Amino acid sequence: MPRTGVFICHCGTNIAGTVDIARAIDASRNFPGVVHADEYRYLCSEMGQDLIKNAINENNLDRVVVGTCSPRMHEGTFRKAAAEAGLNPYMLEVANIREHCSWVHRDIEEGTPKAIALLRAAAAKVALNDPLDSPELEVEKRALVIGGGIAGIQAAIDIAEAGYVVDVVEREPSIGGRMAQLEKTFPTLDCSACILTPKMVEAAQHPNINLITYSEVEEVKGFVGQFDVKIKMKARSIDPVKCTGCGVCYEKCPAKAPSEFEMGMTKRKAIYVPFPQAVPNVPVIDRENCLYFKKGRCQICAKECPPQAVDYEQQDQIIERRYGAIIVATGFDQLDPSSYGEYGYGQHPDILTALEFERLFNASGPTGGKVVRLSDGKPPKKVVFIQCIGSRDKARGMNYCSKICCMFTAKQAILLKEKVPDAKSYVFYIDVRTAGKGYEEFQRRAAEEYDVAYLRGQVGKIFPEGDHLVVHGVDSLSGKVVDIKADMVVLAAASIARADAPEVGRIVGINSDSYHFFNEAHPKLKPVETHTAGVFIAGACQAPKDIPDTVAQAGAAAVKAIGLLSKDVLKGEACTAIVNQAECSGCLYCEAVCPYNAINHIEIEERYHEEMHKRTVAEVNPSLCQGCGSCSVACRSGSINLKGFTNEQILAEVDAICLQR
Amino acid sequence: MSTALNNNADGWDPLIVAFCCNWCSYAGGDLAGTSRMSYPANVKVIRVPCSGRLNPMFVLRAFQRGADGVLVAGCHPGDCHYSTGNYHSRRRLSSFKRLVEFAGFEPERFEVRWISSSEGDKFAEEMEAITGKIKALGPNRKMRDARWQNVT
Repeated sequence: MPRTGVFICHCGTNIAGTVDIARAIDASRNFPGVVHADEYRYLCSEMGQDLIKNAINENNLDRVVVGTCSPRMHEGTFRKAAAEAGLNPYMLEVANIREHCSWVHRDIEEGTPKAIALLRAAAAKVALNDPLDSPELEVEKRALVIGGGIAGIQAAIDIAEAGYVVDVVEREPSIGGRMAQLEKTFPTLDCSACILTPKMVEAAQHPNINLITYSEVEEVKGFVGQFDVKIKMKARSIDPVKCTGCGVCYEKCPAKAPSEFEMGMTKRKAIYVPFPQAVPNVPVIDRENCLYFKKGRCQICAKECPPQAVDYEQQDQIIERRYGAIIVATGFDQLDPSSYGEYGYGQHPDILTALEFERLFNASGPTGGKVVRLSDGKPPKKVVFIQCIGSRDKARGMNYCSKICCMFTAKQAILLKEKVPDAKSYVFYIDVRTAGKGYEEFQRRAAEEYDVAYLRGQVGKIFPEGDHLVVHGVDSLSGKVVDIKADMVVLAAASIARADAPEVGRIVGINSDSYHFFNEAHPKLKPVETHTAGVFIAGACQAPKDIPDTVAQAGAAAVKAIGLLSKDVLKGEACTAIVNQAECSGCLYCEAVCPYNAINHIEIEERYHEEMHKRTVAEVNPSLCQGCGSCSVACRSGSINLKGFTNEQILAEVDAICLQR
Repeated sequence: MSTALNNNADGWDPLIVAFCCNWCSYAGGDLAGTSRMSYPANVKVIRVPCSGRLNPMFVLRAFQRGADGVLVAGCHPGDCHYSTGNYHSRRRLSSFKRLVEFAGFEPERFEVRWISSSEGDKFAEEMEAITGKIKALGPNRKMRDARWQNVT
């Protein structure tokens, strides 16, 4: 039989004003299992807590009910007090007789019976409470950052500065990401390389940062504090220790392939660094295009390499390492607008995406920094920018705003005017969205000082006519059809999730929205956490965003990771789900509804009719379980229960409340 | 105390059980209290971690034990603390309500509402509304298990 003590707080007159405490105490004495009942003016005070602790010891209580304010307010306080008196802290229940009773009911005749019902429910529940323990987990003091763009670099530097070792895994041969492709950044027109390159170098030289480039994460197992990760280092065919980055190899290499960094607008060699400021400055051999790997002859790079760093025999390597925290910062892609036939992308060399156009400004870009038409090499005098290609497009299921296009279009129009002073820009837009510090001013400057014509409307068709491209659109403010004879058209193609984002999400164990951007744990209050404890997200893999927001989010993700790594031991959630494997039928509906990947299936062996049989059953990982209880309801055989909120406990509360009938 | 079974509805006062998720609706109830709003004492709240924890069995048990109305309240769809719990409960409980209706029970006695932690006023209004509605419907006679009183 339980030995429950009931303690009722007056809370001054906050409770006592509308609840007859003496009557509630009398009623409590008659609840099943209650051996002691007492009251106090302020139970949360030190004296009040001492009253509870002494009563626990004097009356040998094994369970406690407090009738007080909301458990969201003081449950922790009273659990701690119970623990100090030697009880398991989970042997205590709170009856919320203030917020849910005395404060919302007007008189004692209304408040008292309800308070008694709530106390009875709490006493009925506590009779079924079991001692619970929070699982304890050791934390591996090392972080993994997936993606070496500005988000990953910033997060890695922040973590490294806090004193923890961090590995950055980057798929490409160099870190830098999208930001490395940009010429200037809005709204200050800083040169992108000038602000990014020092960060790249800082990351490369930091004693706590390991750059693992040309590599991909293959597998993530484990859970918060102890993620076991397999990283595949693709064969670079160069010994990075010997290589001095002199560049003789790619000067001499005879084989060419389209440059990924320049989006195919120019060629690179088969042995290459993606861009001149690459970090690490160690080339890779693209084995698909290398003459030696294709035909078995050539080897010019090996012959020319002064330190003899070329190694054709190098193999892919798998690194296995344990991490305490993971930050996913895998960035975004630009939509390929060729599926939008009306814009003619891919049909004409002077119809470019914004990112391609950006490269024309760059001194190491395909035109050496000259803004010219790719068709005839002449500077464009009339450029039409078209916004929202694939953004805010309900018809194609792309409802979201890509957020950065209004600003980079204003930037490119300004840059164009500076490079080609007699150029005229037109921008077709749906809305101009420039929320951000200094953004509106920047866009107004483009319109007012750089003579950029903003036309509210959409473009129906683009077709070549002689040397020009005719842009056929509507200016919806004047209601007129507009035909512009343009020299060049720039498409603000949508920012989309990486093509392999679903695969990355599956490997790391985080989910994404319908556009495959990774989901944060809470849209407002947990913007960098995910539903998988210990995995954080930063940058445009979560949603399209600009550089300031990306850097801010990377810092936030780093702080969350640092907070985690700073602990030696983690305390998990005590109220977790538990499977009765003897009754589990192995249907695994629970696995499907769990938002935390906390449920796995395992095979168990059982003796049945003198023979051993194997059977699949569900198993809950208490370190991952957050205690929502979805699985317990999805379970068809009723073999999952939620500790702290068991079926039996909730039903006992229902019964106790209904006893007034 | 078995007034509910008396055909004479005088002196009958409905009992309503409200299952509230810890993160939104229960907190909304707390806010209603903190803001000193008032609603009928007929409603008694049971705290659950998530509306997705709500097994229809709990609702049936409340009706069997004589509750005249049951309310389930959770975070607004899209705001679930556990990301998807209220989607599951929305689906499960809407088909459950159909089932209750099919079985010949008054479906109006069972309601699901989304109340956020900032909607103290909405919490009070919903409690008022369901109490009014159940008062109009009268006592739950159909699903109530008459043996239950003997147990007490």
